[in-house]
Amino acid sequence: MKQSVFSIIENKPLTSNVYKMVLSGDTSEITKPGQFVNIKIDGTFLRRPISVCDYDENTLTLIYKVVGKGTEILSIMQSGELDILTGLGNGYDTEISGNHPVLMGGGVGVPPLYALAKKLISENKTVDVLLGFNTDDEVFYAKEFADLGCNVTVCIADNCRNSEYKNGFVTAYLPENYTHFYTCGPEPMLKAVYNATNTEGQLSFEERMGCGFGVCMGCSCKTITGYKRICKDGPVLLKSEIIF
Amino acid sequence: MKTTLCGIEIDNPVIPASGTYGYGLEFAELYDINILGTFSFKGTTLNSRFGNDLPRIAECPAGLINSVGLQNPGVDAVINEVLPELKKVFHKPVMANVCGFSVEEYAEVAEKLDKCDQIGWLEINISCPNVHGGGAAFGADPKVAAKITSAVKAVTTKPVIMKLSPNVTDIVSIAKACEDAGADGLSLINTLLGMRFDLKTGKPIIANKMGGYSGPGIFPVALRMVYQVANAVNIPVIGMGGVSSADDVREMLMAGATAVQIGTANLVNPFICKEIIEELNA
Repeated sequence: MKQSVFSIIENKPLTSNVYKMVLSGDTSEITKPGQFVNIKIDGTFLRRPISVCDYDENTLTLIYKVVGKGTEILSIMQSGELDILTGLGNGYDTEISGNHPVLMGGGVGVPPLYALAKKLISENKTVDVLLGFNTDDEVFYAKEFADLGCNVTVCIADNCRNSEYKNGFVTAYLPENYTHFYTCGPEPMLKAVYNATNTEGQLSFEERMGCGFGVCMGCSCKTITGYKRICKDGPVLLKSEIIF
Repeated sequence: MKTTLCGIEIDNPVIPASGTYGYGLEFAELYDINILGTFSFKGTTLNSRFGNDLPRIAECPAGLINSVGLQNPGVDAVINEVLPELKKVFHKPVMANVCGFSVEEYAEVAEKLDKCDQIGWLEINISCPNVHGGGAAFGADPKVAAKITSAVKAVTTKPVIMKLSPNVTDIVSIAKACEDAGADGLSLINTLLGMRFDLKTGKPIIANKMGGYSGPGIFPVALRMVYQVANAVNIPVIGMGGVSSADDVREMLMAGATAVQIGTANLVNPFICKEIIEELNA
């Protein structure tokens, strides 16, 4: 974990309430896709944990949904600096993916899968991506995943009108012969993915956090392998260790 | 800023508070924790506890409410697994925070910790608001507080510091009862009992409904109680409650505290204790 100051390069809406923020700063502590950062925002007491969408040596891309006061303040920042803790959480493990992993993201759970897809593609794997959204106008990043070389299916839960999208939940479009799955999204979706899949997989969880670095015990959960802190031992847990 | 706390010299009066610093290991990855006076480790009970259901955290404008419920690995695991790890990174006496659900449990945990050379002080938490049938229920009654003090004193030679709850009618009477029963020091205040509702669901945010409110919002209340207690007893008082800056530490010392604990501020700025110590030494 590292505390450092990042500069906002860009902050623009992707949909009516989802924003993409690009920052420059020291990303050396970010070692795996699926990790998160914890941002100090003037006007709120606690930091805001946000998953890392993409990163390189000196830029950090975050995609976040405006859900409350903190993210609302963040969404109107066009420039300036932010105090950010980086390198939080375990992240996704790509070594156990096999040669044909499937990635399933739901809503604002989609962003952390982007850096993951990038890594899996760089490892010459066949990557299927299922992106789930409630409605057509909530869709973002489908093209970006396709541009990486992934096979992308966009699934719309409610009233799908765009012919390029599929109707229904991501679990209805699981490919055949996938070797491993990765997912991030709201808990009901994680549960549905857990039940619909027949391989080992990695699920990224979300929880209200106090610190984000493992000391307050605010986000603990029970697993088959013992008590785990979502922020420090997670947010990614193996399917085989989860107790739903 | 060397000071003496219940007969043990500490390099400075800054002490991370129990529940916000784990067992020190996460912070040791961030900075050399030997710069601290000491730290108070996570409240430890006889048996391993998972604690309360989630959500356990609710944010407030000037702090947060927590209801963790004393999640800890149990005293034997702390002694056999955690303290040997801590020994590698922290070379000073540590403060052990002890909690229980009966007078006997407090004494049993204290007796086990008494045998650990690494432990300097026992901080007896009779003020946790997040567990039923223990914690704060003991700290709300002067007679029970005195009984626990005596029971712990009987099994240890280490200084015993009683950690007091602000959720009482008269904190001075509890403080005096602990002093009369042989306490070597007092620490206060633990969190204030509070709650928040989720405007969308109409239900409490915290799964346990109520929790302990901490952070800068409680600082003036903490300061007032430290002042009242420090003026009423002849044993050292550790002040805490919303301390977030070197100036806050100075104010606590002015109110009569011998040392100062820093809690919630660690969760927002993990380097706050280091920064405060550097400012106090400057």
